[in-house]
Amino acid sequence: MAKKFFPVKNLTSAGAFGLGAVALLAAGSVLANEFSGHVASQTRLFMQAPAHQKQQQNDASASANLEYYHDWDGGNQRIAFSGFSRYDNNDSERTHSDIRELYYWRAFAHFELYAGARQVFWGVTETVHLVDIVNQDDAIENIDGEDKLGQPMVSVLVERDWGTLEAFALLGFRERTFAGDKGRLRPQMQIDANNALYQSSAGQQHLDFALRWSQVFGDWDVGISHFDGTSRDPLFIATPSADQETTLTPFYAQIQQSGIDVQATLGDWALKLEAVSVKEKAAGRNTALVSGFEYTLFGIGNTDADLGLLMEYQFDDRSGIRRRNSQNDLALGMRYTLNDVEGTELLFSLSRDLDNSSRFYSLEASRRLNNYWTINAEARLFSNMDENDPGFDLRDDDYLELELRRYF
Amino acid sequence: MRLPNTKIFNTALLAVTIAGSLLLPAHAQSPQEKGLAIAVEADKRDLGFGDVTASMEMILRNQYGEEVKREMRNKTMEQDNDGDKSLIVFDNPRDVKGSAFLSFTHKNRSDDQWLYLPALKRVKRIASSNKSGPFMGSEFAFEDISSQEVEKYSYNYLRDETLDGREHFVIERDPVDAKSGYARQVAWIDKDEYRTWKVDFYDRKNELLKTLKVSGYNQYLNKYWRADSWLMTNHQTQKETVLNFSNYVFNNGFTDRDFNKNSLKRAK
Repeated sequence: MAKKFFPVKNLTSAGAFGLGAVALLAAGSVLANEFSGHVASQTRLFMQAPAHQKQQQNDASASANLEYYHDWDGGNQRIAFSGFSRYDNNDSERTHSDIRELYYWRAFAHFELYAGARQVFWGVTETVHLVDIVNQDDAIENIDGEDKLGQPMVSVLVERDWGTLEAFALLGFRERTFAGDKGRLRPQMQIDANNALYQSSAGQQHLDFALRWSQVFGDWDVGISHFDGTSRDPLFIATPSADQETTLTPFYAQIQQSGIDVQATLGDWALKLEAVSVKEKAAGRNTALVSGFEYTLFGIGNTDADLGLLMEYQFDDRSGIRRRNSQNDLALGMRYTLNDVEGTELLFSLSRDLDNSSRFYSLEASRRLNNYWTINAEARLFSNMDENDPGFDLRDDDYLELELRRYF
Repeated sequence: MRLPNTKIFNTALLAVTIAGSLLLPAHAQSPQEKGLAIAVEADKRDLGFGDVTASMEMILRNQYGEEVKREMRNKTMEQDNDGDKSLIVFDNPRDVKGSAFLSFTHKNRSDDQWLYLPALKRVKRIASSNKSGPFMGSEFAFEDISSQEVEKYSYNYLRDETLDGREHFVIERDPVDAKSGYARQVAWIDKDEYRTWKVDFYDRKNELLKTLKVSGYNQYLNKYWRADSWLMTNHQTQKETVLNFSNYVFNNGFTDRDFNKNSLKRAK
């Protein structure tokens, strides 16, 4: 079982090297170091019969997340590791492992250096993450774009009065993960993930660069970023295959993407904006933005609970095969935080396509059972999906997900 | 995580008030002036502590006596002419392990607060108007545990009172911020060292809501008093929270770079 549970797949070479480094360092002097993590069992119940005959009705899976860090040199050096693994009873693609993080960090007098696989999040909005580009989506984990694959890199960070500047050399490309044959939440046509195409002749070895400046101006948090390299979002090319079944081949273009993210936190209001300008090689320049607010009512009805109301408008002028779900959509949400001992939280959102009235509902709930156990639920409904909407393939994939987690 | 009434004080308005009372000896000190003078003196006595780290254990007890525990670590750095900067890292419950909370307290405007969510590697700026909300599901509100600035209240000296064999000033503190969960607080401050031993909190309807009892004071660096235990009892729900501090360490040599979004992400 143990062997099956940790099928070592998707391990980057940087990761394998780093594991050895951890083993060596663990023998060294100890300043601070600690293991932590969780195991979880998850069930996803799909409410309709699948659109494709090979797809299974429901699915059960188990996952594990293990983290370790070790600090030394008076807190000026660190090795950190975070590994993830899932075993899924239906979808062999969803059975996967990844080194989320395995890096060496060192603080020098005037800058900080990171080397290894890391996860880096950029941005401020809730419903779409436009500027966040360093890490590839682990899309098979969740369609919300919040699970990411580890990205090998060398990066340098400087902090000055004028802000924080981070420069990244991104070494080696990570392909997006997709549901397999039997998995749900996938396009009708199967994705031929093993034969991905690249615009750059360097393929996965293309060296990508990214730069981000960020600063806090009183109530304003501002970031400006630029990325030059392989797009994390593939285009899909319909390819006829030998058995007459058309498959979709992921194509990763070369892009330059400039982005800005701004949040103004004014009293009970958080005003948010993310915008990107994307120039794809041998194609046009495009613009996308997401902007809105979250307004929080604290202590509603004389209780300890807070109710956050959020609204975000999404715009994206990419069309044709580049078209996004968020081309002209409005998302409304409610975040209900009980502030109780169990940390109970509910997040409900509704996104509506303003062009074709496709609707997407999402409900996330979590509650602590005790110091070590939590229960999480997630429900997602794809309603009235228009056949021109990129979400059309998910029209029969309404699901309820339940997860029980044990932290250690 | 400092005790009430321990903040550098230097706004012109308050200085004028004090100077006025010194320059005019014939002028009898009003209860407001005396209350303020006590708060200012308590604040002055904690001036110059620099920085401090401490481990925190929270025991939440419900009306049936059932307990749950929270564990976190705190570091605080004093700022010239402004409220403290502080960073709290959560260790327990385990699902929030690695989460961290950064706050810049301000004297005359709302605080700046950021939360680090380790699962998403995301730093979120959060609305700081959430003063009266419970901290980690405990009986402590955010405003109870954030750095206490002289400017955040108006004062009124009530009386002298002996408590546990110590002589105290009893003063009333009225929060300036309309978002405070309290109509007023009544604080017992000892006459020898100006330490806060007890605070009664009155809700917005001016009914007694909670009582804080502070115990186990120790002196550090021959000057600064820190307590080992805060006990908050909610009279309306019968719940209580014990907040135990341990491992106080001063003189860590922190700089502002230990209290920003970057160091928040790195906090373990």
